[in-house]
Amino acid sequence: MSAGLLYALAGVLLFVLGAAGVLLATHLLRRVLAFNVMGSGAFLVLVGLAQRGGVADPVPQAMVLTGIVVAVAATALALGLARALHARTGRTALSEEASRD
Amino acid sequence: MRRLARAGVVAAGLTLAAALILAIVELPAAMVALPAQVEAHLAQSGVEHPVTAVLLNFRGYDTLLEVAVLLIALITLLGSTGGHAPATAPDANPLTQGLARLALPLVLLMAGYLLWAGAHRPGGAFQAGAVLAAGAVLMQLAGLQPAWAGPHRWLRLGLTLGFLVFLAVAAALLGEGALLRYPPAWAGGLILLIEAGLTLSLGLILAGLFLFVTGRRP
Repeated sequence: MSAGLLYALAGVLLFVLGAAGVLLATHLLRRVLAFNVMGSGAFLVLVGLAQRGGVADPVPQAMVLTGIVVAVAATALALGLARALHARTGRTALSEEASRD
Repeated sequence: MRRLARAGVVAAGLTLAAALILAIVELPAAMVALPAQVEAHLAQSGVEHPVTAVLLNFRGYDTLLEVAVLLIALITLLGSTGGHAPATAPDANPLTQGLARLALPLVLLMAGYLLWAGAHRPGGAFQAGAVLAAGAVLMQLAGLQPAWAGPHRWLRLGLTLGFLVFLAVAAALLGEGALLRYPPAWAGGLILLIEAGLTLSLGLILAGLFLFVTGRRP
């Protein structure tokens, strides 16, 4: 098993963990964090799979670089929206019921 | 009910993980050898580092759209916040301030170096912009500069400059027959011009994602 494949498999685990977090967490901050874990897993799969043969491939690396920057912007936007929701309604989750527990 | 949903998510997650791992282990080798293609065209790209060549030459339109996405995210964020937040001065700790003052020239030097190094080794506009943004956030946290309340004229120009330069180069080169196909003789200079504009704008945009949020009412 090459190191690249190992990274890709670790990426799969991160992706699944993050996806479960997005589904199970109700607090918006936790959801945003879980979404970031998911994204990191996807990046790891892309970069890891591309260097299974031992040679680094610049094309997926450039794509992941683009993805990281977009993920940072999306995270900031999500946090800003969560902050606006909290300021207007006092809630930290999307549904009324979930906010209370 | 809650417990049932949780068990369902865990079971689905385990199934998904098993399926993905099987798919990855069984994946056949790539049909197209992209590294070889990049290597073959690197000489005409105007830069010597393959990742920079892919980012700004071979797949330049990805990067162009990415900068647009960043601008849209910032504008949406500005739209979801209110006016000037009541100024809460961060604790002016002399040690933090002294360290921030020491770090700032190094941050600027590092950003300039990363921008220049992108042509032939890992580096480039994104890394340089991220370092600039980190410097701006550090200054605000140390209490050396206030958070941003709103985009005044010069700030707006700085935020959009990178995208506008990129767009202008793309528009000027439309006659080449494909989007962002640089004439090989000019490629190096054009990429450096675009990257310089991007460094400034990305630094301001990434800093703005933090400084506008702290400086405005939610």
